[in-house]
Amino acid sequence: MKPSYLLLSALLMFAATLAPRFIPFVFIRKKIASPFWKSFLYYLPYAVLAALTFPYVFYSTGNFFAALTATAAALIMSFFELNMASVAALSFLVAFGLGFLF
Amino acid sequence: MKTGNDFLAGLRKGIPVAIAYLAVSFTFGLAAKRGNFPFWFTSLISATNLTSAGQFTGIELLRFGASYLELALAVFIINLRYALMSFSLSQQVRIRILPMKRFAMSLFLTDEVFALASEKGESITPAYYFGLATLPYVGWQIGTIAGYLSGSLFPARVIAAAGIAIYCMYIAIFLPPLKKNAGIALAVLSAAAFSCAFYYIPYLNKIPMGFRVIISALAATLIAAALFPKKEESKTESEERERKEGKV
Repeated sequence: MKPSYLLLSALLMFAATLAPRFIPFVFIRKKIASPFWKSFLYYLPYAVLAALTFPYVFYSTGNFFAALTATAAALIMSFFELNMASVAALSFLVAFGLGFLF
Repeated sequence: MKTGNDFLAGLRKGIPVAIAYLAVSFTFGLAAKRGNFPFWFTSLISATNLTSAGQFTGIELLRFGASYLELALAVFIINLRYALMSFSLSQQVRIRILPMKRFAMSLFLTDEVFALASEKGESITPAYYFGLATLPYVGWQIGTIAGYLSGSLFPARVIAAAGIAIYCMYIAIFLPPLKKNAGIALAVLSAAAFSCAFYYIPYLNKIPMGFRVIISALAATLIAAALFPKKEESKTESEERERKEGKV
């Protein structure tokens, strides 16, 4: 890969990440009153994360059954509100350990 | 003093996110090393992008020599969720923040920072926000560099299992509020169901991944917002109304 290709790509990725981050926050100040749109904005980030997670999490370790079990572990730990770092670390251990079994 | 306290409170809140970011950016560093990307490029991407899904997708596309248009479009679509968070944040802040400061804040907007900032709701201040973002940002850089440099030290099994870390972070964010709020529960469950449908149903799975995620999330959120529009008003709003009505 040529350095010029990588450098221009890095710039493009920076721009494509930055634009959605700052444009609404800097330019849209008007408050919306509609309960529908308020709840829409409130729910959306959670929905995006859920759509990014499923079903991709099952294929994230190259071992379907290990990942499936680790996902179940993560769901249970998160349900009981264990902190994010512990959830990630323990699920990793489950996925790693079960990788030897399946 | 107030500003300093806000910043410190934010720093403390950011610690678990920073630790999780260390792990996830470590896997990014590993992936970049495996893909034969130079060190300068890998650390430049992490320093400027500070995002997981976008960065992973970016290097995946570059490995296959993607065109500039394809790269920019895919990264933009995956990051479109930030526009919604950015808009939501703009709706939440009550105090006056100058445009340059708003711009600086936007640089650090991530899923996790947004979730923590939103917990604070309308009482969010720039100092608190920058406090929140500082350690996760530092963690993201250290993790990337450490992952890249130790790329050849780890057995393939460890590297493969580490791929699950990012998804566990997502789960840790959307699951706890799901228990308390029917609207969030419906949005999350239907987004997951739609996303799976797009993945497994023939023809539908021909749609590129970025678009599948966006369509699933938008459809799920529209349904949830229609069935569970937020009725409760925030504390500040009700206080303001009472003040207007002369009760306070």
